[in-house]
Amino acid sequence: MSAHADTHAHDDHGHHHKETFVTKYIFSMDHKMIAKQYLITGTIMGIIGIVMSLMFRMQIAWPEEPNVLFEALLGKWAPNGVMDADIYLALVTIHGTIMVFFVLTAGLSGTFSNLLIPLQIGARDMASGFLNMVSYWLFFLSSVIMVLSLFVEAGPAAAGWTIYPPLSALPMAQGGSGAGMTLWLVAMAIFIASSLLGSLNYVVTVINLRTKGMSMTRLPLTIWAFFVTAIIGIISFPVLLSAALLLIMDRSFGTSFFLSDIFIQGEVLHYQGGSPVLFEHLFWFLGHPEVYIVLLPALGITSEIISTNSRKPIFGYRAMVVSILAIAFLSTIVWGHHMFVSGMNPFLGSVFTFTTLLIAIPSAVKAFNYITTLWKGNLQMNPAMLFSIGLVSTFITGGLTGIILGDSALDINVHDTYFVVAHFHLVMGISALYGMFAGIYHWYPKMFGRMMNKNLGYIHFWITAICAYGVFFPMHFIGMAGLPRRYYTNSNFPLFDDLANVNVVITVFALIGGAFQLVFLYNFFSSMFFGKKAEQNPWKSNTLEWTTPVEHVHGNWPGEIPHVHRWAYDYSKPGHEADFVPQNVPLMDGEEELQH
Amino acid sequence: MDLTEGTFQEKNARAKKMMLWFGIISLFMSFAGLTSAVIVSKSRPDWLNDFQLPSAFIVSTVVIVLSSISFILAKRALKQDNRSLATLFLCLTFVLGVVFIYSQFLGFSQIIGLGYNFTGPTSNVTMSFVYIIAAAHIAHVVAGLLSILVVIYNHFKQKYSSKEMLGVELSATFWHFVDILWIFLFLFLNYIG
Repeated sequence: MSAHADTHAHDDHGHHHKETFVTKYIFSMDHKMIAKQYLITGTIMGIIGIVMSLMFRMQIAWPEEPNVLFEALLGKWAPNGVMDADIYLALVTIHGTIMVFFVLTAGLSGTFSNLLIPLQIGARDMASGFLNMVSYWLFFLSSVIMVLSLFVEAGPAAAGWTIYPPLSALPMAQGGSGAGMTLWLVAMAIFIASSLLGSLNYVVTVINLRTKGMSMTRLPLTIWAFFVTAIIGIISFPVLLSAALLLIMDRSFGTSFFLSDIFIQGEVLHYQGGSPVLFEHLFWFLGHPEVYIVLLPALGITSEIISTNSRKPIFGYRAMVVSILAIAFLSTIVWGHHMFVSGMNPFLGSVFTFTTLLIAIPSAVKAFNYITTLWKGNLQMNPAMLFSIGLVSTFITGGLTGIILGDSALDINVHDTYFVVAHFHLVMGISALYGMFAGIYHWYPKMFGRMMNKNLGYIHFWITAICAYGVFFPMHFIGMAGLPRRYYTNSNFPLFDDLANVNVVITVFALIGGAFQLVFLYNFFSSMFFGKKAEQNPWKSNTLEWTTPVEHVHGNWPGEIPHVHRWAYDYSKPGHEADFVPQNVPLMDGEEELQH
Repeated sequence: MDLTEGTFQEKNARAKKMMLWFGIISLFMSFAGLTSAVIVSKSRPDWLNDFQLPSAFIVSTVVIVLSSISFILAKRALKQDNRSLATLFLCLTFVLGVVFIYSQFLGFSQIIGLGYNFTGPTSNVTMSFVYIIAAAHIAHVVAGLLSILVVIYNHFKQKYSSKEMLGVELSATFWHFVDILWIFLFLFLNYIG
């Protein structure tokens, strides 16, 4: 590409029209601003989701005891400060929905795919800035609707985040099945549209807008992860939309796709012959890939941060790429493992067991490669690195119980207990959250031009890490002891009396861990104004985003876009003076391109 | 082909064309969700194994194939800068699209004539699936018709020529997708559903 053509394109791209407050901060089409919008909206949703979890944890630890916090936050749902059973189910439902979709899908992918795809591949912006803007505002709208659904008189959706029928399909089934469920469906339909627009943009941008020299095998692993995540989204989210369409027909128009003969309060309804299991199939065809939509971006971020902060090339680049692709492929053929006790044919169950256990292979390759990258590295233990190592830890501990749950013969014993809660919170919840924190600490200087406070970061990491294990490790044991998930209170079952103290310990860890997120929030917001000014390449990293100026410019690079001459992981390469060689540095005479 | 080559404009035009293709994959997956639901539901005791699609659906299948051919002819006329012929075929495509929708609704009437409503006690899940799949497809046909209207408007504004065809090509790709999708759905409902 000639310098002339490129600069011309740059001018075309929007330098000649003046930006107003509205076009710069609100209806922005600049991917960097949209990334920040996603991050801040995701953070707000995250606060709501975490506060909900703390409330229901307090109910589990001290069942049916009056709590001033409940009275203040839940109003009529906590008469005399005692939490109502219906709102407990609603809190669990909305906590799951918000954390999975609004924080760890939109908040994570929306932030880092938007920020990093154009910057790391060497593009001026996304393929369509307009669709990108629409994508964010649809996400915003769906967030608002989801939050508003909390204020519906009969209560928000309470059928669990998986919204199985009949609770989700019969408006009269329970309080949350009425308007709350309708708003949930509307919010999610808009969310899916937002997510698809975002994903389409990410995929075509990565394929088409790479700068000269940025071959697919030179792409940073972050981009590979975002790219494959977007493809999984394009393939699986529409199936959820179809399921939602059929569900809406059952709810509002009286069809019987998911409903069979059913009585409500003595009245026989006209539904016949349908099966909620069909909904489960459709839901989990999205639901399982969704786990990887949440996790893969975090894994990509971790690859980048661990390599940079170990000052070593990533171990097994090609194996990492193949693992991402393998995980993506396998994720679409394992959904049945969520349905082992739905009356599934045991032979089919064994097929799903087999495909599920196969995922252990690429996952183990990734965990192995992270550890071998760290091995004998010159480790820079900054907060981003700590959270990345934290991710490797929770990915392994959470992943190991996945082998147990993926096996139908073993899963049946712990199905729907806290063992499952412990597993998925560690492997996808905490891991993805750590990935997100790592990404924020690492790319904060790129987003806001300032550094976050390191010491506060250390406090944040260590307390969070101890509390996360403090919360989720004991859950394995109470799960194996048979404690079911989603129960409003366990005090009615003498069988579980011995476990009551464990639940108190878990809740105390949750409260401490939750409170220390305030340290992060303080650090995040105050550093925007008072943080130390960032230098251009504070982590001495190789990727292209650190060649852009600290102050954001529209179009990312003031002049020509740099060309790429090497992969992203030339750290501590012999023959070079510095311990890093950015991707835009041409190969020296006789230098061999190290990669893969 | 090295996709990192080319000017910003070339790359961006390529990206937008590709975006439509990925969008089509995504739309196809939503129909794959519905057809999978049919396959799972076939084991229901109340499934109708010997139902026949209404004859109007055969007419609509022929009509939508003709509309695709007409769109191809419109594109060819534009490439030869034969504007009046292009107008004729574009309008014909639009009319055939409308006839397709009309004929689908005729099919719905025939199903009602057989005694199956979409919903309620007089419905049957097999027919509910036929209704919902055909209706979801009609929604996509409407989107395609809107895109053809935009193309016709731009054509009257003389925006297209043998050198500038992007809008027409995108609309045509989508229209052919809607066409092929219906053929797939028709065959699926006839032989598998």
